[in-house]
Amino acid sequence: MMFDSFSAFLSMDGYGPFVWSAYGFALLVFAWNIIQPGRMRRRVIAEHRRRLIRENNE
Amino acid sequence: METGGRELPEVKTAARWFHKLGSPKFFFEISGRLLPWLWALTAILLATGVVWALGFVPEDYQQGHSVRIMYIHVPAAILAQSGYVMMAAAGLVYLIWRIKLADMALQCAAPVGATLTFLALVTGSIWGKPTWGTWWEWDARLTSTLVLLFLYTGVMALRSAMEGRGAAAGRAAALLAVVGVINLPIIRYSVDWWHTLHQPSSFSLISKPAMPMEMWLPLLVMVPGFYLFFCSTWINRIRTEILHREYRTDWVRELIRSNDV
Repeated sequence: MMFDSFSAFLSMDGYGPFVWSAYGFALLVFAWNIIQPGRMRRRVIAEHRRRLIRENNE
Repeated sequence: METGGRELPEVKTAARWFHKLGSPKFFFEISGRLLPWLWALTAILLATGVVWALGFVPEDYQQGHSVRIMYIHVPAAILAQSGYVMMAAAGLVYLIWRIKLADMALQCAAPVGATLTFLALVTGSIWGKPTWGTWWEWDARLTSTLVLLFLYTGVMALRSAMEGRGAAAGRAAALLAVVGVINLPIIRYSVDWWHTLHQPSSFSLISKPAMPMEMWLPLLVMVPGFYLFFCSTWINRIRTEILHREYRTDWVRELIRSNDV
């Protein structure tokens, strides 16, 4: 470990805001690429399930 | 292809394999089995890489701790470009062979590539502030990477603008993607052609890297991690697109009816 304490880890000699915001954006981009396709998938499946039910009733 | 039965069996097997791989049903089945392993490997690589990059990489003698941004910025920039090559390759396959799956692959790669290009630009900007003293400069590499973002969003916008015009939408998007490949050598060589702000790459697989091993080793974990993440989320999107476009087929109806997706 390159840091003596947790606060040193957070501050990173003053570079903390830069380093942590960069990793924060990475987290956002990764989370979006996991959550958005999952929502799309559920929406597509729900849409076609409704279509199937409608067809069966006709 | 009728050649009077004189075709080599290997050629037949290869053609059949190619044809089978292009079948949405076959792709859906294979990728469904593969995907959990891909996600698991992605998680292991990225978790290892992030812990290593944030906690164990030594500070740079000039840049201090800000060098830790590199482990996000460099893989994101690599995938922004590699992702574009993969998307354009799918476009080329679609233009030549009209394989539906290639059109779906092109459509699904664009949002992933766009977000990773955005990440490369944002982390570059954040890294630039303490290192160069500026958030943004109209430097050749920065500008050509911004053009890359516009190409990705252009492919998406073109597709949705031509929605409802059938295969023409796919062909137009594929054509734009293929023509846009011209931008890649510009990004690649911009740092050599114009001596502007962005430094030339200090990391390469073929020559000795200009940094100590304990600094480049985590990159060797992060870059494959980003590649696997790209492929996993890409395949995930393609699977949804298959369900959406093939809903009339019996196998998709059966999947949806049996709640097995």
